[in-house]
Amino acid sequence: MIEFTTWDILRNLLLATRWTILLSLVSFVGGGVVGLALLFLRISKRKSLRSLAKYYIELFQGTPLLMQLFIAFFGLGLFGIDVPAWLAAGLALILWAAAFLGEIWRGCVEAVAKGQWEASASLGMGRLQQMRYVILPQAMRIAVAPTVGFSVQVVKGTALTSIIGFVELSKAGTVVTNATFQPFTVYGLVALIYFALCWPLSKSSQVLERKLNVAHRNH
Amino acid sequence: MNYQFEFGWLFEYYPQIVKGIAITVELIAVGAVAGISLGIFCAWVRALGPSWLKPIVAAYVELIRNTPFLIQLFFIFFGLPSLGLQLDELQAANIAMIVNLGAYSCEIIRAGIQATPRGQFEAGASLAMTRFETFRHVVLVPSLQRIWPALSSQVVIVMLGSAVVSQIAAEDLTFAANFIQSRTFRAFEAYMVSTIVYLALAILLRQALAAVGGLIFPRRAAR
Repeated sequence: MIEFTTWDILRNLLLATRWTILLSLVSFVGGGVVGLALLFLRISKRKSLRSLAKYYIELFQGTPLLMQLFIAFFGLGLFGIDVPAWLAAGLALILWAAAFLGEIWRGCVEAVAKGQWEASASLGMGRLQQMRYVILPQAMRIAVAPTVGFSVQVVKGTALTSIIGFVELSKAGTVVTNATFQPFTVYGLVALIYFALCWPLSKSSQVLERKLNVAHRNH
Repeated sequence: MNYQFEFGWLFEYYPQIVKGIAITVELIAVGAVAGISLGIFCAWVRALGPSWLKPIVAAYVELIRNTPFLIQLFFIFFGLPSLGLQLDELQAANIAMIVNLGAYSCEIIRAGIQATPRGQFEAGASLAMTRFETFRHVVLVPSLQRIWPALSSQVVIVMLGSAVVSQIAAEDLTFAANFIQSRTFRAFEAYMVSTIVYLALAILLRQALAAVGGLIFPRRAAR
């Protein structure tokens, strides 16, 4: 039997971590774009658009991410599309992240004082102008900390894509375990790598929250 | 596209689906009760407990909150046997869910405790209550009441996250869906139906938790 050193294991896991990072970035950015669209639907004047966005969010927040991945992976195949694992993984994670980001941002927009809407309306601003010049600049300040906090959920969410066969950190962990028969070491290291990715994000979210709140109190 | 959707054949597999639902429900019931209890203990340690225990609990909470549930599950199921701790699938799934919810609920409950006015502790002391009695009667219950909605959301998130226990062959709802998929090759229908069942479970669980909250927390006196 071939002997594997801890360094052999760690090196292979770190190589796979690239894909975890790349997939996280794609999902976070893509989810942000779709989430922004959801936010606009969610606060639109038309009731039908508002409920559309609401049902979307409830569907994606009320079902397991794993099921969404399975449906993207197996479901799209039915339409004659050949779905590689990375495509299904990216698509499902973007749609899933969008639901959470859209809802987080809606809370931030609603946290902006009602008077700001009225004041900007009284200046004859249209709905989009109000958002662009008055509401979003204030809401964005509130949104920074929870948005950074949610990025941790995205990094952890990418672990599930190993189940549909996308080779990232978790899948590499399983593969390396099967080769080395050292599950304790391998999964311990995998957990530590995820921790190294997520903990700085969690911490900066906490720091930002404190900083922005303090700034807010000084007004 | 020439795929014909058919759902009728699913009835053939209803015993598997029902069994899967039962196991998912059992996992969340055990997970919620034991996980929230663990969370209350950890929140007590972090807020008022002995100082030697604080860093241990803090490390546990940070470690669990910043790693994926799937890896925690794999570590418990595949990794712990190297230490001589052999668990079956259901035990591993239960422990993983308790450990996971324990860490999240600790943070949520701690936030509730921190929002308690200092005067409440002094009021408890002035009634000759010990620190523990003050915590139990004066601090904990109003804190839980304050954060109950956030705690309920977290329980629902953990229930949905439990779908991955199928990966260690615990026979939950997702396991049933995978089983049906591998027998019939009708992936879309199998996953569609189980997704709808999960959605229904999430809605029911949310309502059940709201009802529990209404029962254990007396309505606040009108001011």
